[in-house]
Amino acid sequence: MSKDIERQQEIAKQAATIPAEVSDRPSVLVALQRAGTDWAGEVIQTFGEITVVVPRERIAEICTFLKTAPGLEFTMLSDLCGADRGPEEDPRFEVNYQLFSVTKHYRLRLKVLLGEDDPHVPTVTSVWRTANWHERETFDLFGVVFDGHPDLRRILLPDDWQGHALRKDFPLRGYEPYSLT
Amino acid sequence: MAATLPPQYEVVDRPLDSQMTISMGPQHPSTHGVLRLELVLDGEMIVKCTPDIGYLHTGMEKLFEYKKYQQGIVITDRMDYLNPLGNNLAYVMAVEKLLGLEIPERAQTIRVLMCELQRIASHLVWLGTHALDIGAMTVFFYCFREREKILNMIEAASGGRLTPSYFRIGGLMMDLPAGFERRCQQFIDKFLPAVDEFHTLLTGNRIFQRRTQDVGVISAEDAIDWGLTGPSLRGSGVNIDVRRTDPYTGYEQYDFEVPIETGCDVWARYIVRMRELKESHKIVRQALGRLRPGPIKADAPKVVLPDREAMKTHMDALIHHFLIVAEGFNVPAGEVYHAIEGSKGELGCYVKSDGGPKPSRVHFRGPSFINLSALPLMAEGEMVADVVAIIGSLDIVLGEIDR
Repeated sequence: MSKDIERQQEIAKQAATIPAEVSDRPSVLVALQRAGTDWAGEVIQTFGEITVVVPRERIAEICTFLKTAPGLEFTMLSDLCGADRGPEEDPRFEVNYQLFSVTKHYRLRLKVLLGEDDPHVPTVTSVWRTANWHERETFDLFGVVFDGHPDLRRILLPDDWQGHALRKDFPLRGYEPYSLT
Repeated sequence: MAATLPPQYEVVDRPLDSQMTISMGPQHPSTHGVLRLELVLDGEMIVKCTPDIGYLHTGMEKLFEYKKYQQGIVITDRMDYLNPLGNNLAYVMAVEKLLGLEIPERAQTIRVLMCELQRIASHLVWLGTHALDIGAMTVFFYCFREREKILNMIEAASGGRLTPSYFRIGGLMMDLPAGFERRCQQFIDKFLPAVDEFHTLLTGNRIFQRRTQDVGVISAEDAIDWGLTGPSLRGSGVNIDVRRTDPYTGYEQYDFEVPIETGCDVWARYIVRMRELKESHKIVRQALGRLRPGPIKADAPKVVLPDREAMKTHMDALIHHFLIVAEGFNVPAGEVYHAIEGSKGELGCYVKSDGGPKPSRVHFRGPSFINLSALPLMAEGEMVADVVAIIGSLDIVLGEIDR
């Protein structure tokens, strides 16, 4: 996995259509920035991994592009998880999408930032059906609402659970002893 | 005047051809834990299947945020309790990636050796319970006989059978005990005949074949779309193995095949795992041959606990030991996702650090969780009895699904 950036650089170099001045950059970024000018926000390349912060309104569109564009083919969504930066941070929540290309064998992480007062993000279940349970889990534990999800219910915690357990302001032992009766 | 019953107690005369909803589990033995399936049946045909999980949810991902990095290792043991060393490895490698540690050769070889032994043990539990679900009871005893030997070896190395916590950030808990190599050699010498024994018990069995062939079919496109990984994906003819696509701990130096079957059904997944037993055996043999004396911990005194003897004789080792235990160590801020090939599929660990001694977020991509989400696709349109075979072929562990 640490080879991700190098591999992408190689692919970018091999592609003759990409001009020389951007050839040292991972091909996926070049492709992303060409396809939509506002698609790739901040780009973080650390620990051999590539993270692209993308605008939340366009996430489904970007994912469809990454899945279908020739040369990228991120046909698998490896993982989707939420994270809470803490109640004092703004934007507070982030949703991470770990993409994997079954044919090219490289990975990419997309990141969407969400504010506390409006934790809504379009669903990607129409792009990868595996996102279904991941999004339910993120909704359950963080309260991030995935607009357009076909079946957005709690998945791990009971239906009558109050609050979202993985938020930083949720106490480790809960507000009161939970009873099954 | 007769009292009128509330509506839910009214006796309704249902015609025979109507659909029926039954709840399978959470105590059903074939659900391998506490999984509940809500099945809508038309006769014996499954019209709709809705898995209901969460009975074993213990908030492990929350707990990680309150524990220091080295304390998190023991939590990972309890996720996929059939493959705890794999969980250890995913977690410690993610943290090591953040810290930028170089792991010595011997530690890497032992990690491969132990992980492959664990994979064999995990597949043996799968084989025994899968056959038991379908009705072949004998296989179970043969599998657990072999698994017992592996668990004894893991116990000898780490002190724990199911919760070894053997891999530590920066290396191993301790070196292999004296006589381990001889014991392991004895095991692998007798293992291939044992696999042949499993084959004679099951593979040629007509009943087993009829119960598994063309049952629970999932095409390669669907399998990728649903995020299946591991043997479940390779049973659909997709050649993806993290040990090959993203080699870690030196897997690129080992000679092994990635078994692929194109049947897409329960039978294909069975054959893939049976072949994987032999491939893992091959890797264990090679890893044993590669074992050379050397250090088993990375050279990072602020992260790795010093040896016991050094701690008692050297002042700096004592200070480091005290600081690591009392305060933990700081991990550079950042986030990583590290994936390994667990026994059930791609086992990914996402660790986010904010620079302190405790992680800001740890998320495990449990392969069972994702594989189970594709169950409705495979089960709908099949018979009730086939659900049991399909669940068995996915090799789910509820500890990992619910976390």
